[in-house]
Order: sequence, then C-alpha cells, then structure tokens
Amino acid sequence: MTNPTFLFIQFMNSVSLAMNLYVVAVGLTMIFGVMRIVNFAHGAFYMVGAYVLFSVQRATGESDLGFWAGVLLAPVVMGVLAFAIERLLLSRLYDKDHLLQLLFTFALVLIFKDVVKLVWGAGQQSVSYPPALSTAVNLGLAYYPAYLLLVSLVGPIIAVGLWLTFEKTRWGRIINAARLDREMLSALGTDVRLVYAGVFVAGAMLAALGGALAGPRVAADPSMDGLVIIDCFIIVIIGGLGSLWGSFLGALCLSFIKIFGVLFFPEWEVVLVYLMLVLVLLVRPWGLLGQPDEERY
Amino acid sequence: MASRAQNLFLLALVAVLAMLPLAGSRYLMELAIQVMIFGLFAMSLNVLSGHIGSISFGHAAFFAIGGYACGYFQTTLGLPFPISLGGAILLTAASALAIGAFCVRLNAIYFSILTLAFSMLVWSIATKWKAVTGGGDGFVGITVPEFIARPQAFYWFTLVCVSVSVALLWLLTNSTMGRVFIAIRENPVRASFLGVNVRRMQLIAFVIAGTFAGAAGCLMSLYMRGMFPESAFWTQSGQVLIMVLLGGLHVFVGPLVGAAVLYLLEVFIGQYTMYWQLVLGTILLVIVMVAPEGIAGVFRSLAKRSSSGSGSHA
Repeated sequence: MTNPTFLFIQFMNSVSLAMNLYVVAVGLTMIFGVMRIVNFAHGAFYMVGAYVLFSVQRATGESDLGFWAGVLLAPVVMGVLAFAIERLLLSRLYDKDHLLQLLFTFALVLIFKDVVKLVWGAGQQSVSYPPALSTAVNLGLAYYPAYLLLVSLVGPIIAVGLWLTFEKTRWGRIINAARLDREMLSALGTDVRLVYAGVFVAGAMLAALGGALAGPRVAADPSMDGLVIIDCFIIVIIGGLGSLWGSFLGALCLSFIKIFGVLFFPEWEVVLVYLMLVLVLLVRPWGLLGQPDEERY
Repeated sequence: MASRAQNLFLLALVAVLAMLPLAGSRYLMELAIQVMIFGLFAMSLNVLSGHIGSISFGHAAFFAIGGYACGYFQTTLGLPFPISLGGAILLTAASALAIGAFCVRLNAIYFSILTLAFSMLVWSIATKWKAVTGGGDGFVGITVPEFIARPQAFYWFTLVCVSVSVALLWLLTNSTMGRVFIAIRENPVRASFLGVNVRRMQLIAFVIAGTFAGAAGCLMSLYMRGMFPESAFWTQSGQVLIMVLLGGLHVFVGPLVGAAVLYLLEVFIGQYTMYWQLVLGTILLVIVMVAPEGIAGVFRSLAKRSSSGSGSHA
C-alpha cells in the first residue's frame, strides 16, 4: 500500500477523475450562480454527451478523427437541445416560484432517461479510446494512460479559460452583472434573456463535453445520470454554489477521498464522502470558496 | 369554506376506502395500500414544504430509517410488534431531531442541500452497513405478526394507521402551532418580531415531518416484507416532493391527491409502455407550464371562482 508507484498511480487516477468531473460540475455551478436554478437534469445532459460520442464513433469506425469529431459534436448537439429547452419552456418560468423550476428540471430527467433508452437502447454501449492515445506515457514513477493524462489537462485549460472569460472580457462582466442584479442590467440596455439563454446553453455544453470525455472510461449507460449528478452536487456544494474555482477544488476533494478512501477504508469510502460533505456544510454552509448570500447582495 | 370541502373530501375518502374490500379485488387493495402509504409520506413532507415553507430534498432518509428500524427490531431482535413499531417511530423522531438541529440553522437553498446531504449519508450507510441493513441487497424477510399477515387484514391496519396519522396532521394544521408555522412561511422576520422562536418551530416541524415519514416507512417495510437502500436515494426524495407539488403545496389534502395521481399514473402507464417515465415527465412538464398551483390548487381556485363574492380565504 505504501509502494510509491502504486500511490502515484492512485494520485493520477484521482486527478484525472477530478478533472473529468470538474468539467461537468462547473456547468452546474454556472447555471446555479447566474440563474439560481438547481439543474437536476445536468446528469442527463452529461449522458447525452456520452451517447453522441458513441454514435459518432460507431458511424466513423475506431479512428482518432471519429473520436474527436464525437467529442466536439457532443456539446454542439446538447447546446442546440438546451437552447430549445431554454427558449421554448424554461424561460417562461423565470418569474415563477423556484420550486416550479426545480420540478421542471425533474421532468427533464424523466424525459431524457426514456428518450435515451428509445434512441440508444436500454443496454450499455461501450466507447473505445482514440487509437493514438491508447498507449501509456512514462511519467518517471510509473506509466500512465495517455488518454487520462489528456483529460487531466482539459480540466485546468477550461478552468483558466472560464476564469479569463469571466474576469477579462465584456461578456464575462455582463454575466457577472446578471448574477448580481438582473433588473439593473436590463435597465442599462442589455438583453438579459440572451444572457440567461447563453449561460444555460454553455452549462449544458460543458456537461455534454464532460460526458463525452468520460465515455471511454465509464461506457454509455442509461443510468449514468443518477450518480454523476450526485457527484456534481457534492462538488459544487463543497466548493460553494456558483463559485468556479470552488468546483475545481471540490472536484479534487471528492476524487481524492473516493480513490484514497477505498485504500484506507474499503467499502466505507462512500460514507466518508458524505461525512465530509456534511462536515463542510456545518462549518461553511456556503462551501469552501463560496460566499454567503448576504455578502453577495 | 374551501377547508370544509376538504373535510368532506377526507371523510368521503375514508368511507370509500373502508368499503373498498367489498369489491373483492386483491389487486385493488394492494394498490390502495401503496397509495395510502405514499400519501402519508407526502403529507409528512408537506409539514415542512407547505406549512412552514422549508423545502427538504432529503425526506426519504426518514422513510428509510423508519423502515429499516422496524425491520431490525421486529426481525433481527425479535421484539414484540407494538414495541418494534413504537421503537422504530421513536428512533426516526430522534434521528429527525439530531439531523434537523443542524439543518434548521440554514435557510432556503442551503437548508435543502444539507437535507439532501444527510439523506445521501443515510443511503450510503444503508448500502454499506451489512450487519444491520443487509447492505445493497436490502433487508429482506421482515417478519409480520399473525394478525396482519393476510392482505385484507393488512389493508385495515394500513387504513387505520394512515387515517389516524392524517387526523393528527389535521389537528396540527388547525392548531395554534399550525398557524405559527404558516406565519413563519409567509414572513419569518415578522414572525420573529412577534416573539416566535423561528428556529425552534422549524425544528419542531422537522421532527413532526420526519416522524410521520418514519411511520410511512414502517408500513412500507411491513407491506413489502423488506426495505431497500433505494428508499433513501435522492430520486425517492425527489419523487415525494413531486407528489406534494403535483397535488398542491398549500392545500391540506393536496399531497394525498398528488401521491395518488403520481402513483396510479406510474402503475397504469407502466402497463401500456415500458417508457412510463417519458409519459410521466411530459405530464409533469405540462402541469408545471399550465397549472403551477397543483391539481388540488386548481380545484380550489375553481371552487372559489364558482362561489365568488364571499371574499373568504382558505
């Protein structure tokens, strides 16, 4: 158990799992941060991503081009779906009770689950690794799968990209303004509806991208949404609802506890995860990097 | 006035349910048993969501705790039935007190999330603590006392338990405490200015809600002769919340109606297509978009409109 190679591989597994989950969770936290909607359907969006990749791969055969085309197409397909959902249905609920929005995302969970079964069948569909990345890379202490290494890099790239967008661009400032004071922003002449649609679509695209990237690791399955959504909830709650770097930190916490928890407390690692969650919430109800609501307004 | 219509509805419902065994259909009775149990479960949640205005995402935890405790006391320990049942309900009340003490310190979405976290903690323990809960396979083979072993006897037992529970909840709603709950829902700040200890009231509501959910869990474990970790999973908490919202939050009988409608829809759609979730999801979607006040809420506003001019509030 103290073998350094073994520990190093577990460390890398934690990082690659964390970065994969981060891509999904950050979409959830964005949607909540700006729109104040707890999107239970986020896991379903993730699932659509994995299935789109599966379909593209089946159509093109096992090629690098087919794989990456699928990874790119997954968020595009989900983005179009999310845009339609937001414009046609969800946007009518913004002025209503938050509970209705919650119920709405619940309805989406049920609908997506069965539509996925109708389109792709109820069984598991495996997705293969892109051929060029099916090798292992020598990292000094151990060899590690090249694909998972790449996934570990996608997370930080997206994190920095989002941070730059939110801090340095006009679009980012508008989104921040929508989060802080929707009415004032609208009074200043910005079309807030467009901002909300954009955030919802972007969040859904991140979920689908995360689902596609997870495809080779977990295989596409109609029940994959139920557990990933709970992982994402844990991540955004630990990190702080609406906090971008919070979900980065939360993803690392969750993955390390899951993977190293198995080593030290086999069988009980799940309990450990929820214990940590409850502890964090008791000490900092708004999460590690989140802000209490009073301070935000 | 609308409240009088609800009382009549409840009395009629009990009368119909009391005569149901005369129909002689075992299938009908089994269906009614499950609807009653889910109805009680949804009613218990509404003490929080409807009366005092705290939305719990983790109410299934108490349903599961009650069910597992009942099975454990009754089967593993072999205690006499009244002690198992009473003990299970007391244990659920105690765990609701312990969990609630933490949860009511938080407001709004943070309250909801902490309840979700606690319920998933209960789920994870139920999945892993094999010695007590049977682990992922569930607690199977719960022994049931002789006097309720036959389906018809169990039907009567369920009807009595659920009717008594609903009557107790009705008394609570119409008591001073029930009014204070509503005052907190409408305006917690003003309620505290009036000298109400809001946190303590929320804790009391939390314990009441948890206790009745535990009672529903006991009934379910006795009915199924088993209890499974899925009962504490977040989707179960979501389902019972849907029942409440479907029926209508602010109507006393709303959750009962919602539970019956949702459960029967699941069963009947399931007979025609394996894609019942798609149909159910679509129905939910339509309700959210068209009738946001729930089914019972729609009936109530129809009743109000037809007797316009009286200006009374329910």
